[in-house]
Amino acid sequence: MANGNGNGNGHGPRVRVGAALEKFDEKMRGSQAWTAIFRPGSVYRRGYTDSPRNRSYVIMNNVLYHLHPVKVKRHSVKVSYTLCLGGLSFFLFILLTVTGIFLMFFYRPTEAAAWPDIKTLETAVTFGSLVRNMHRWAAHLMVLSVFLHMCRVFYHGAYKAPREFNWVIGVVLLLLTLLLSFTGYLLPWDQLALWAVTVGTNMMGYTPVFGSSVKYVLLGSNEISGDTLLRWYVLHVLLLPFVIVIFMAVHFWRVRKDGGITGPL
Amino acid sequence: MADVPDHLLQRSLERRKALGLPVPGEEGGDEAPAAADAAPPQDAGGGVGGGGDVPPTGGGGDDATPPPDGGDAGGGDDSGGDVGGIPAHLLERSKRRRAALSGEAAPAAAAVGGGGTATAVAAPPAPTATGPGGHTQRLLTVVKSGSIQQTRAEAQDKVHVWPHLLVIELASILILLAAVTVFSALVRAPLLSLSDFNKTPNPSKAPWYFLGLQELLTMFHPMVAGVTIPGVGLGLLALAPFIDKNPSHQPKDRKFAIAIFTMFIMMWSVLVIIGSFFRGKGFNFVFPWNDGIFFEL
Repeated sequence: MANGNGNGNGHGPRVRVGAALEKFDEKMRGSQAWTAIFRPGSVYRRGYTDSPRNRSYVIMNNVLYHLHPVKVKRHSVKVSYTLCLGGLSFFLFILLTVTGIFLMFFYRPTEAAAWPDIKTLETAVTFGSLVRNMHRWAAHLMVLSVFLHMCRVFYHGAYKAPREFNWVIGVVLLLLTLLLSFTGYLLPWDQLALWAVTVGTNMMGYTPVFGSSVKYVLLGSNEISGDTLLRWYVLHVLLLPFVIVIFMAVHFWRVRKDGGITGPL
Repeated sequence: MADVPDHLLQRSLERRKALGLPVPGEEGGDEAPAAADAAPPQDAGGGVGGGGDVPPTGGGGDDATPPPDGGDAGGGDDSGGDVGGIPAHLLERSKRRRAALSGEAAPAAAAVGGGGTATAVAAPPAPTATGPGGHTQRLLTVVKSGSIQQTRAEAQDKVHVWPHLLVIELASILILLAAVTVFSALVRAPLLSLSDFNKTPNPSKAPWYFLGLQELLTMFHPMVAGVTIPGVGLGLLALAPFIDKNPSHQPKDRKFAIAIFTMFIMMWSVLVIIGSFFRGKGFNFVFPWNDGIFFEL
């Protein structure tokens, strides 16, 4: 409704700005770029008004939300049932990935550089100390939350048919979480890391029959060394995350295929 | 026929009125032509296609009255030769086919061979727009009610993931993120001195989640404590659903399973706590309130 010159005439600048924004919004939503990005039916195309149809579209037109079905049983959104433990474990994994990528910019997995790099990260890198702390504490928290998630699932009897296989996947995920945490433990290359890992890997040497081979493959040498550091670094930042993502994908997929979460009791 | 929802019946009714079809309950209504006039022109052309959405006969009770008959009275004049919503060209084709089939059997067979139009023109029977009893539809098959699989969905108490679940997820994520950030800003992750192979700290402890195993090392041979027990433990854990064949989810029916699992969890927790807080120099048993805590995360 704004006039061309817009001088007074009862219309304040507010009205003109509002109208201009509306016009811009209309133009943007109609543009080819916009319609290319947002699929037909997306709420970003048509605008969101609360309706069952739009509530479904929110889920269906987003690749991340698409992990969810459009609807779930009413009881399964009760926080007191799941305590959000599975979802928070997944979130911690994402948080660890993000903070871990940050740390990778400042870290070299060699005997000479590893510890000084962490020291530099702590003292000279913007937010370095905070992000390293977050990575450390989130890692411990993830071990805890995965473990508690397992307990929750057991006490609800959620491992029973038809979810037996997903429980097995879950045990593998627990093991992978422990291995991820353990391989990360060595990377600061300080006294704590070295000797904690020494204690841990000494036990593996007692595996019957191929004990010494297992230990050699894992350490890259007979004792912990710079080779071990490189090996565990690759395990920690590449191989184990790669494997755990595959198992997580199967885990989440099976949750849906097996009919959502269990309950109510 | 209580299965057809009200809004569909309502839509069917409006559509029928717009097309000038008979409305179930008031056959061949007088107001039908007026409604047909009001309908947009493309509706008349797409009458059959649009009609596919609605049930052909509004209700099961009206089966005895074929819709096309009533339609002749209402919408016949304004839709250019359409009978009961069936387009003229279809009626024409039906008429030709009928003519071909009602001739001698031999010419009909020849018509299949390829001379269809010629035969139809050669042997034109009395053209009829409708079949016996005035029907324009054919009965293809009768499906007995028992042979239809009932797929009525069980009514379930469901809610939309957006907003009900996503809001909870977002809130829990934000709370956790805030907690981790604040905690990390306040508490520093340990970084001891540079590793030194010649200086073994006393005590040397594994990461906390392996301290249960390290605690077992004080009691068993390393092969038992470090390999056999955790291996068997993990194996049993993974096989739990195949060992526990009790189908019930009710805690009152699962006392044994819950007791076993709780003992399993408690055993590991106690071992981890002892290993973490009650082991001092030389991994000897100490009380943390006497000798301090020998524990790093």
